[in-house]
Amino acid sequence: MKIEEYQERKVTVDGWDVNLTSYRLGGQWHAKADNVSPGATLCRTTGASREEAEGRALKRAEELLDRTHRHKV
Amino acid sequence: MAEYAHPEALVSTDWVSRHSGDPKVRVVEVDVDTKAYNEAHVPGAIAWAWNTQLCDTVRRDILSQQLFEALMSASGVAPDTTLVIYGDNNNWFAAWAFWQAKIYRHQDVRLMNGGRKKWLAEGRDVSTDVPHVSPAEYHAQAADLSLRAFLPQVQKAAAEHSAALVDVRSPQEFTGEILAPPGLPETCQRGGHIPGARSIPWGKACNDDGSFKTADELRALYGHQGIDGSKPIIAYCRIGERSSHTWFVLKYLLGFENVTNYDGSWTEWGNLVGAPVAKGAAA
Repeated sequence: MKIEEYQERKVTVDGWDVNLTSYRLGGQWHAKADNVSPGATLCRTTGASREEAEGRALKRAEELLDRTHRHKV
Repeated sequence: MAEYAHPEALVSTDWVSRHSGDPKVRVVEVDVDTKAYNEAHVPGAIAWAWNTQLCDTVRRDILSQQLFEALMSASGVAPDTTLVIYGDNNNWFAAWAFWQAKIYRHQDVRLMNGGRKKWLAEGRDVSTDVPHVSPAEYHAQAADLSLRAFLPQVQKAAAEHSAALVDVRSPQEFTGEILAPPGLPETCQRGGHIPGARSIPWGKACNDDGSFKTADELRALYGHQGIDGSKPIIAYCRIGERSSHTWFVLKYLLGFENVTNYDGSWTEWGNLVGAPVAKGAAA
């Protein structure tokens, strides 16, 4: 079994840089969103297409990033 | 081009593809959780969950010697096994496992350069099979605590400038703008950094494909901030796993002798009553 059509791209979600990784494994698409700095995994999702898996990952990432509070320095 | 100080501490994805089935090699995936492993992993690899199997789940601590021995035994790892660890996030949880294996003086432990990301991106074979493992006999040696920094040592180092403090969190965590990586729970009462610390985010040690930068690039990265091994080095982050990655780089790739990982990290320091805290960019 091999990963196919591996792809990474950077997007901005709620003002935060997010790295979005997606690929196909067997008949299912997988996506992962991580915050670019520091690179922590935010969520992993699946879908019947790349768009569906990525869409779910972005939605979940948005929910999580929305909770991040910026403090005055 | 300079060599890494300890090239034997790294193996390539190609090496793993050729040796993962060797009877004296045990490949282990360590991620933020085991979802990625369950999705697909290096054929023959087993998984360790860092938050349940690589720490004491009652008090905040690393594994006791007894728990470490139990984990190795259950994983089919004998003292002479070549332990190859890899994971997501460019190996940061894998480095946490590597650090503990070295604390308990496992002789032959290595990271797979590039981790899970490089393996997948290269289109290598993956599997969902969980291999059957026969338990092994394992007796660990006493912990080598010279690899670990505790709060009193860090307080002394900060007060006397007797060690170089390397904060490997993101610049925004360092300044105090955010209290945790974006999207993750806040685990401290105060933001900022330990006074005198240098900000060198852990990820700067990696290439885009997840592999480590060259020794020359790493020497320049840390040397530019005055981290050259001429004095003891203490690396810290939020909970000690990102800093174990930097600890690996400084000790095994650059060969600096006196490097410790302060796993109490900002979750400890940022919750201490009365602890000195610096905000903003480094002075």
